[in-house]
Amino acid sequence: MSSSTATQSYVPKTRVGKVTDYVDSRVGGSGIIKEFGRKIFPDHWTFMFGEVALYTFIILLLTGTFLTFFYDPSMAETHYEGSYLPLRGVEMSVAYASSLDISFDIRGGLFMRQIHHWAALLFAASVAVHMLRVFFTGAFRRPREFNWVVGCTLVILSLAAGFTGYSLPDDLLSGNGLRIIDGVMKALPVVGTYLSFFLFGGEFPGTMIIGRLYVLHILLIPAVILLMIGVHLFMVVLHKHAQFPGPGRTNTNVVGYPVGPVYAAKAGGFFFIVFGVLAAIAAAFTINPIWNYGPYDPSPVSAGTQPDWYIGWVDGALRLMPGTIGNFDFEFMIPFPWGVNALSLNVLVPALVPATIVFALMFTWPWIEAWVTKDKREHHLLNRPRNAPTRTAVGVAGVVFYCVLWAAASSDLIATHFLVSLNDVTYWLRFLVFFGPVIAFMVTRRIALALQRKDREIALHGRETGRIVRLPHGEFIEVHEPVDDYKRYKLVSFDSPEVMVPTADANGKVSLLDKVHGRASRFFFEDRVAPVTPKELAASHGDHHDEIAGAKDRESIASH
Amino acid sequence: MKALSQRRRHPLAAFALLLMALLVTGGIYAAASTANQAQAQTTTFTADDVEEGSKLFSANCASCHGLGATGSNAAPSLIGVGAASVDFQVGTGRMPMQMDGPQAQAKPVQFTDEQIGQLAAYVASLGAGPSIPSEEILDPSEGDASNGGELFRVNCAMCHNAAAAGGALTQGKFAPSIDDTSERHIYEAMVTGPQNMPVFNDANISPEDKQDIIAFLDTIKEQGSPGGADLGSLGPVSEGLFIWVAGLGVVIAFTVWLTSRSS
Repeated sequence: MSSSTATQSYVPKTRVGKVTDYVDSRVGGSGIIKEFGRKIFPDHWTFMFGEVALYTFIILLLTGTFLTFFYDPSMAETHYEGSYLPLRGVEMSVAYASSLDISFDIRGGLFMRQIHHWAALLFAASVAVHMLRVFFTGAFRRPREFNWVVGCTLVILSLAAGFTGYSLPDDLLSGNGLRIIDGVMKALPVVGTYLSFFLFGGEFPGTMIIGRLYVLHILLIPAVILLMIGVHLFMVVLHKHAQFPGPGRTNTNVVGYPVGPVYAAKAGGFFFIVFGVLAAIAAAFTINPIWNYGPYDPSPVSAGTQPDWYIGWVDGALRLMPGTIGNFDFEFMIPFPWGVNALSLNVLVPALVPATIVFALMFTWPWIEAWVTKDKREHHLLNRPRNAPTRTAVGVAGVVFYCVLWAAASSDLIATHFLVSLNDVTYWLRFLVFFGPVIAFMVTRRIALALQRKDREIALHGRETGRIVRLPHGEFIEVHEPVDDYKRYKLVSFDSPEVMVPTADANGKVSLLDKVHGRASRFFFEDRVAPVTPKELAASHGDHHDEIAGAKDRESIASH
Repeated sequence: MKALSQRRRHPLAAFALLLMALLVTGGIYAAASTANQAQAQTTTFTADDVEEGSKLFSANCASCHGLGATGSNAAPSLIGVGAASVDFQVGTGRMPMQMDGPQAQAKPVQFTDEQIGQLAAYVASLGAGPSIPSEEILDPSEGDASNGGELFRVNCAMCHNAAAAGGALTQGKFAPSIDDTSERHIYEAMVTGPQNMPVFNDANISPEDKQDIIAFLDTIKEQGSPGGADLGSLGPVSEGLFIWVAGLGVVIAFTVWLTSRSS
């Protein structure tokens, strides 16, 4: 390699130089730093949620390691003898007792437990916001489709990591969560009971599940997450970071700062900011006070039993599902050669259908959209959400669907805190889970189109200043101030696809697929606000009589 | 004053004004709503008490509960509900009932302790029922908090929440928070089953076990929250809300700050 011959010919003079050169000539670090250090990243606050997710994951690894030193995943029975009085002498599992010891008898243990749990909540939240940013700005388009899929996989993995961790303290709250998993599994026809017995090593709760979840939580899931983060970041470097359109920003460049030194410093500092924020929260606010819930016991269920926020929407779906409607009980007895098995749709539908819809749409969306637009180009410039009205509307509909289910998981607290009937909350949310997304879709698309119209108006005629001027002949006008070139660039430089009409082939036939495509294209792009063309822009400059008149007037006012 | 008038069009002026208005109304409300305080009382009744209680009852309760507490379409008969029931319902302000609704709500107490005692004496004289518990059985220092905790989780937490923060029931009914409930009222609630609460009689939960439950509630109230602010002890919902609003909010503020100089 030419670089290695170059480093060999270089003779360092200082001690540090010698050591550095010794290392560099063996690992080739300077090449990597030269390449990676000059990598340019664009700057926008919405680009930093992925970083937040990465940093919270690192914090999770650090604090999680501390917790493993003291946590014992055994379900053997013991009597608590630690320093928390209201549980002294109570029969419980060793896992719960060790979680209590971490909380009350190990120096710094409660803080570590709390920072770990808060970091887990923030991890899932930042992953979610990061996904929303990527979706609404169209950053999943070619060439980033696979990275979007990796991101979706990371979402599922973060849910899995969260849920397995939530169950480890073996307190009443987490045991209730596991009981729901067990119930959903048992609702699967034929294989349900086998699956449940396989997972729990016998009848629920058994004596195995905590140990198994522990291995998944500290070994398998973090390892896969780490692998996926590696793939994810590798692809980010490979594709380069997408950027918002702006003057000088094109599809073939990246405008921003290099990693070294600006981003290395900013990102490094940001890690400590995130760590500091989480530490402050963990020090001041309690999370999952396991001592309140007591040891797991299959009989009691406390009021206010909910999963952590990221699983909440599935819990909400279960809460919204009616057990029966009239005499119809959603249960079917399926005769098999070996006997009759029950199919409990009132459990399976809410537990599996919403999640399947959301994840299926999430994973396939890049290809759905590419099929509709027939757009095979590479995209490194992001969309403003308003400039892709249908996509934005679909996204908001999805968010509303999710949020309705999410709210349903806290239906009891909505009832007590807003002094309404729990039944009414459930009825309203049942209505909203079906109609909310539709309403949200229509409203969002209208708002996006309206904002596009507003942008168009501003690009052509400038900003309304609110200054009313009376002309010498008595007419009142409002002074419009033209926007500067930078701002105008943002307002006019975007793609606006038009409806593709299906065309007949050589035999004069339109294939069914083309017809469907035509319909989808119409659905996406029928309502459209055309971006301002250069011609319109040039024409509007001659049309600025009111501004010019206003300026003249201002002069005349000033001179008097 | 000049500084103030210069900043009146500041973008944050509206927020500052809103905050100020909220603080003022909140402050006045807080001052007004703590004006009434409950006090301790005696539990021995005399014939005079019954006589006075009868008068009070006719004047304040009979319109719904009927003359002689025999009940009406609007309210149940009170014969046999016992002194404990009256002491709880009137002593927590639930009776006289403020308005019709899914259940009677606690409000500022309407009678003096003496009057409540007289009412209780009158109702107790109509038929045998649970009496007001003695001071000894209410003493939390005599109870076993961990046994009480187990009993609480098995019998009470499904409605009242594991940390006694309260919870929802159907059709607008609810199990209230028991954070600020006195030992006597907790005991009386268990033996009389007010509103939608089931009765936990002495065969169900013995008086000693009731004392343990009181000891448990007293302990968790005394110790506060070991891990910092408890966010209402409402479980994962308030935690999730907090991380989304406060946690993510602060992080977003930092991201905006970090990227504010370049574009």
